[in-house]
Amino acid sequence: MEDRTALNRQLAQMLKGGVIMDVTTPEQARIAEAAGACAVMALERIPADIRAAGGVSRMSDPKMIKGIQEAVSIPVMAKCRIGHFAEAQILEAIEIDYIDESEVLSPADDVYHIDKRQFKVPFVCGAKDLGEALRRISEGATMIRTKGEPGTGDVVQAVRHMRMMQSEIRRITSLCADELYEAAKQLRVPFELVQYVHDNGRLPVVNFAAGGVATPADAALMMQLGAEGVFVGSGIFKSGNPEKRAQAIVKAVTNYNNPKILAELSEDLGEAMVGINEDEIQLLMAERGK
Amino acid sequence: MKIAILALQGAFAEHQIVLENLGAETFLIRNREDWNLEKHALVIPGGESTAMTRIMRDLNLWEPIRSAIAEGLPVFGTCAGLIMLDDKHLGTMDITAQRNAYGRQLGSFYTEDSFEGIGMVPMTFIRAPFIERVGKEVEVLSTVAGRVVAARQKKQLVCAFHPELTPSDTRIHEYFLTLVQG
Repeated sequence: MEDRTALNRQLAQMLKGGVIMDVTTPEQARIAEAAGACAVMALERIPADIRAAGGVSRMSDPKMIKGIQEAVSIPVMAKCRIGHFAEAQILEAIEIDYIDESEVLSPADDVYHIDKRQFKVPFVCGAKDLGEALRRISEGATMIRTKGEPGTGDVVQAVRHMRMMQSEIRRITSLCADELYEAAKQLRVPFELVQYVHDNGRLPVVNFAAGGVATPADAALMMQLGAEGVFVGSGIFKSGNPEKRAQAIVKAVTNYNNPKILAELSEDLGEAMVGINEDEIQLLMAERGK
Repeated sequence: MKIAILALQGAFAEHQIVLENLGAETFLIRNREDWNLEKHALVIPGGESTAMTRIMRDLNLWEPIRSAIAEGLPVFGTCAGLIMLDDKHLGTMDITAQRNAYGRQLGSFYTEDSFEGIGMVPMTFIRAPFIERVGKEVEVLSTVAGRVVAARQKKQLVCAFHPELTPSDTRIHEYFLTLVQG
C-alpha cells in the first residue's frame, strides 16, 4: 500500500536548507523562484497586511492560487484556517503541494484542528513548543514550523519557539525509558512520538522557522538555533528591494554558519521591513490553535 | 576516499548518512572555499533545481563544478541532481530531463523495480523528473512504466528517484562507490 504520510514527509525533506516565500501575485512568485526560493506560499495578503486590515481572514481565492501554480515550477503551498477542513478539501482539489493549516488566518474551529490523515495532500502546521508540534504530527502534519509572530518583522517569538522546542527535545532525550510515559502524559501526546524524539533527538518531521524573519542575519540565527529551513513572509515584499533581499536570504540559509559570507550578503539590501515590536501589537496570532 | 556532497539546498544530509555508513569519508560544499578541498567524487542531492542553479551561479560554483565533471570527476545526481546534469543545466550528461514529469505532490509515489546489475530496488519518486532523451554514450539502467529513471554516462550516475530515502537498501550508493574506485 502506498504510504502518503511517508511521501509527504519526504517532500519536506527536499525543501530543507531552503527558503519558502510568501507571494501574492504570479509576478512575485516568479521573482521568488528566480531568487532561489525552494517553494512559495500563495496568499492574497501577506501577514503584515492581514494584521493591518483586521477582520476575518480566510483561504485565498483558488483562481489566484492557480495563477501562481501556472507561473512557477517549484512547489506551491497555500493556507487554510485552523480546523477548516472544507477549505483544505478545496486546496487538495486544485492539487496544492502543501497546505499550511495556519494561525495567520482566523481560526474556523476553536477546539479541533483538521484530521490531516484524511487527506492525500501534505500539511505543515505551526508550533510554539514540543507538545504542540507532536500534537500536530499526531493529527497528520508532515512538516512543522515555529509560529513566530507573523507580519511583525520581529524575530523574537520565532526564537522563543525554536529554543523552547530544542530544549524540550534535549530534555526528552535525557530521560530514561520509564520516564517517557509521564512525559507523554504531560505533553498530551502519544507515547510513540515521545519515544521517537527520545531515540532520535529530533522531531519525526522536518522543522522550519517562521514568523518575523526579515534579514539574512535573522535567517542565519534561526538556522543556527536548529531550524532546517526558513519561511519568509512579509519580510521580503514589504522591504525596499525584494529581489535582492530574497536572494540574500536564500544564500544566508545555505551559508548560515559563515559570518564572512553573511556580512557580504547583508550589504546594501536597502530598507528592511519596518516591523512592529511584539509589545506594540494587539493580536497574538501565535496564541491561536494549541 | 573523499566524497563531496553539494549542500546548497535539499536533502544532502540523507546522502551523507548512507555514504558514511558505507565507510566513505564525506564533506559538505556550501561555498567556493569548500569546493577547493580535495575530493574524489561529487553527489548532487534532491531539492529544487531552480534554487540550486541560482545559488551555484551566485556563489561562483557553476563553472568549477561543470568543468570538474567534464574532466572526469565522478558524480551521482538524484532527482534535482539528475536535472542539474542534463543538457539544459550543467550539460555534462547527454540527456534531457523533464521536470515535475509526474505532476505535483499528489503524483509522488513509491514503487519497486529493476535496476541494471543490481536487481529489484526500492524507488521513491517525489515530484520527480524522468529522462525524456538519452544520448548515444548513455547507458539506461532502469525504466519504470516505459520511462527512463536511471542512467549512466561513464562516471556520471543519475536517478530520478531517491535511493537516499530508503537507507536500509544501500546497493545503489555501493554501485556509485564502485564506479568511483573503478
